[in-house]
Amino acid sequence: MSYKLQFAELLPYWNVLLQGLVFTIVLTVVSTVAGIAVGTAGASARTFGPAWLGRVVAVYVELIRNTPFIVQLFFIFFGLPALGLKLSETTAAFLAMVINLGAYSTEIIRAGIEAVPKGHIEAGLSLAMTKWEVLRRIVLNQAFRKIYPALSSQIIIVMLGSAVVSQISAEDLTYAANFIASRNFRNFEVYLLVALAYLVLAILTRAALRALGRVIFKAR
Amino acid sequence: MSLVSIRDVRKSFGANEVLKGVSLDIAKGDVVAIIGRSGSGKSTLLRCINGLETYQSGSITADGIEVAGANTNLRELRRHVGMVFQQFNLFPHLTAAENVMLAPTVVNKVSKAEARATAAEVLAKVGLSEKMDAYPSELSGGQQQRVAIARSLAMRPKVLLCDEITSALDPELVNEVLRVVEQLAREGMTLILVTHEMRFARDVGTKLVFMHHGKVHEEGVPKEVFAAPRTPELQQFVGQVG
Amino acid sequence: MLQFSFWDILSNLLIATQWTIVLSLIAFFCGGIVGLVLLFMRTSRIAPLAWFTKIYIEFFQGTPLLMQLFLFFFGIALFGVEVSPWTAATLALTFWTSAFLTEIWRGCVESIPKGQWEASSSLALSYIEQMRYVILPQASRIAIAPTVGFSVQVIKGTALASIIGFVELTKAGTMLNNATFRPFLVYSLVALIYFCLCFPLSWWAKKIEGRLNVAR
Repeated sequence: MSYKLQFAELLPYWNVLLQGLVFTIVLTVVSTVAGIAVGTAGASARTFGPAWLGRVVAVYVELIRNTPFIVQLFFIFFGLPALGLKLSETTAAFLAMVINLGAYSTEIIRAGIEAVPKGHIEAGLSLAMTKWEVLRRIVLNQAFRKIYPALSSQIIIVMLGSAVVSQISAEDLTYAANFIASRNFRNFEVYLLVALAYLVLAILTRAALRALGRVIFKAR
Repeated sequence: MSLVSIRDVRKSFGANEVLKGVSLDIAKGDVVAIIGRSGSGKSTLLRCINGLETYQSGSITADGIEVAGANTNLRELRRHVGMVFQQFNLFPHLTAAENVMLAPTVVNKVSKAEARATAAEVLAKVGLSEKMDAYPSELSGGQQQRVAIARSLAMRPKVLLCDEITSALDPELVNEVLRVVEQLAREGMTLILVTHEMRFARDVGTKLVFMHHGKVHEEGVPKEVFAAPRTPELQQFVGQVG
Repeated sequence: MLQFSFWDILSNLLIATQWTIVLSLIAFFCGGIVGLVLLFMRTSRIAPLAWFTKIYIEFFQGTPLLMQLFLFFFGIALFGVEVSPWTAATLALTFWTSAFLTEIWRGCVESIPKGQWEASSSLALSYIEQMRYVILPQASRIAIAPTVGFSVQVIKGTALASIIGFVELTKAGTMLNNATFRPFLVYSLVALIYFCLCFPLSWWAKKIEGRLNVAR
């Protein structure tokens, strides 16, 4: 191979990369928290709510799970202004991420809820707890314990998927990479470095989620 | 006045009628043993009393509250009607003490400290003082069921429903649970038990109910009924089980 | 300016959909073959093979598919070879798919009770023979549902090929949007077409999974 890799040419752009990295991390954290909140509400509605609401949630989940994230993003950023809803790049990116993770976590949490034995719900009701108290104190608690690993994997998938928000010029890590490549033309070096940054981010996220899980579910 | 009164209750699952007009009166302090073949409707009847199942016609009142009334507050009813299940149904993410404390703190808004004191008291009653901080997975089946009984007792129920509470236990663990129930009976707790333990029904029960095909087929004082069953169905049933 | 009717937009999108399907099929089948080889390596007792596979999987599962597309697109060019978006997309999607399929299949292989390995090695079968005659026939039954489920991810993954300039459904949508300025309609149709491709597969995967649970 005659080509020589020149990583030194990336050095002047370290602050651009850092800004992108921070954006990606904030985007992931915020959409994780909000997405899980959406997912918890969605899963609760599907299992404990009225039938019509359950159907609405089911349509939402299937629509999101069966279309690419990039199309959802384009629909929100380019399509919605046609209805008079104009969003900034950043808002659109956050919204798309929350909607996306919300659908996946609805499905994951629902599976967890359904794995809780029916007898536990009956025992809770027999102790004079209301449906919502049973859901909160007994069902969700157990469900989250069971689905925590699946939810963790999904968070990492969504974090990696967030690279796509660069396509609507939301200034994430990938956007930073594109920016640098357009300046110094060291495409391969930039993308390799950023790919490794994502890899480290994925490994750290996994470790952090595992540690967090041990703290939350410290029993046993 | 009876504590639990059941009047001509009918219940179907689809086309299958499992309760075909059941009437029963249970007074304070009664220990009612309901026996019968599987499918005779005895568990369904029990589950109707605290509203886990609904019924199509008839009426059940417990502690003066109509179970299926349009404005019935099931929560109020269940504060006074406890239930223990065949499969224990302990909450696996909580310790024995936390299982017992949950309903008093959530439903009755009792302080944590007070609930813990109650938990200590009821767990001592079932002989598990030293297991307060054990998780269900660390307990034997018999111990788990005793925690489940303590969990119900912590709500100070006026009546306790027991749904085949020894059926899921290994034979050697049955007695430790029955001894706890017997102790409760002696202290005057009103108990309604669906059970396969005939000897227990005879020795501890104050009233025996034999259910057959969704109806009360025979009822009376246990010792008398067992000594001289009037119907051929009960004769046959006692002959098979006893 | 050219006038596009609703039917012009739809037919253009459907033509581009063919390329989404072709790319998905190639990525899925080539990815499956690479994945099967990797599966043998990953579960083998030869440590360097298992290690290599582990790192390979870590890389392709731990980095964005978009980065992988960029790396193939710009990386091969470093060798002085002209790369078409088509080649880069095929390669990136194949390797990406293979990493996920290997992990899915490994889970299925590991769910086979240890006794099956012990019994078959007691019969003097070699590692390859054990896999071929004892383990894979059992594991493949469990593997069908998650494999079909993953095919949905492959179809959605091909949408990213649009970013390096491969004209498939998403890219066609972007081009039509630029020509018609009707983003709401265009992206609704694009989403609908993806949904029609993916939903039957999702539904089928769920159905197989349900049937398997009943059978056990």
